[in-house]
Amino acid sequence: MSDSPTQLQAKSLAQTGEQCNGRASSMPADTLAIAGRTLGSRLVLGTGGFPSLRLLAEAIRASGAELVTVALRRVDPAARGSLIGVLEQEGVELLPNTAGCYTARDAVLTAKLAREAFETDWVKLEVIGDEDTLLPDAPELLRAAEQLVDDGFVVLPYTTDDPVLARRLVDVGCAAVMPLGAPIGSGMGIRNPYNIALIREAVQVPVVLDAGVGTASDATQAMELGCDAVMVASAVSRAQDPVAMAAAMRAAVQAGRLARVAGRIPRRTYATASTPHEGLADFSSQPDSSPQ
Amino acid sequence: MIVLNGEQQEHGAGEAVVSLLELLGLPPDARGVAVAVDGEVVPRASWETFAIPEGAHVEVLTAMQGG
Repeated sequence: MSDSPTQLQAKSLAQTGEQCNGRASSMPADTLAIAGRTLGSRLVLGTGGFPSLRLLAEAIRASGAELVTVALRRVDPAARGSLIGVLEQEGVELLPNTAGCYTARDAVLTAKLAREAFETDWVKLEVIGDEDTLLPDAPELLRAAEQLVDDGFVVLPYTTDDPVLARRLVDVGCAAVMPLGAPIGSGMGIRNPYNIALIREAVQVPVVLDAGVGTASDATQAMELGCDAVMVASAVSRAQDPVAMAAAMRAAVQAGRLARVAGRIPRRTYATASTPHEGLADFSSQPDSSPQ
Repeated sequence: MIVLNGEQQEHGAGEAVVSLLELLGLPPDARGVAVAVDGEVVPRASWETFAIPEGAHVEVLTAMQGG
């Protein structure tokens, strides 16, 4: 009997896991496609917060990430080491962000400068509305997304966990949506898993959980909820051992993806025996010889 | 007078973008760099020819670590 598409996918995923352990695989890897680009990893890594470029490079390798975010800031003549050089050496694709922008105008200009600097039309669009929560400003975000899509950008917006806003962003042409699990850098995990699941149902583009991941189980949960990928930054870069945490996130995303494809059992209030009752010995009519 | 990355500079007005890059210690073909003058992108192809207007606000940006 031939395997169903789901079984094939699960086999492929299992072997992706084996590849982690250095074993060869003849099956196609479980890849993620965004706007026609194929990525072999469902983990996106932010470069912010790493104490050194050397640790960043080691963490990239441990994470297996193929897409990493970078920010655009004023040239510092005193800066040491080249971030671009390190990322090129690691062979990863750049996803420039518009972090720190509070208006559509600033975000659009920043995206255009990033396109000029990094020769990519991909942008992780962030338009922030509040400096304490760093939550997205929905009207400005939508406005910026629309302008950038019209200008030919591949837009991946950082958004709230609102399924309606996610749909509106996709309606204006965003290539993926990046809903938050919790505020940036909070490490609070996924505060509203129901909304993340609703977003998965609401849109036909990849859903990349972004922000809020604190530890590996949060990344697994995101994948179990149906996200196509997870982005982590602080959870890795500010961990006590960033390289070990990068490896943990890699395994966590693979575990969550495997579980999603495998299909979990439904939740029930009462027990359902896993051992059959049939054939159980009947001792009730036999003499009790146990010591009194 | 111009404002370069937030700091006032006596010189720079009338000069090409590449001379400002030099001021920041960057080569004329600096990779991973983008330039905006008064809120407009100056494409790399124009760095040799674009003259900075008097009083212009110039931003010279590059990759930094960020989420």
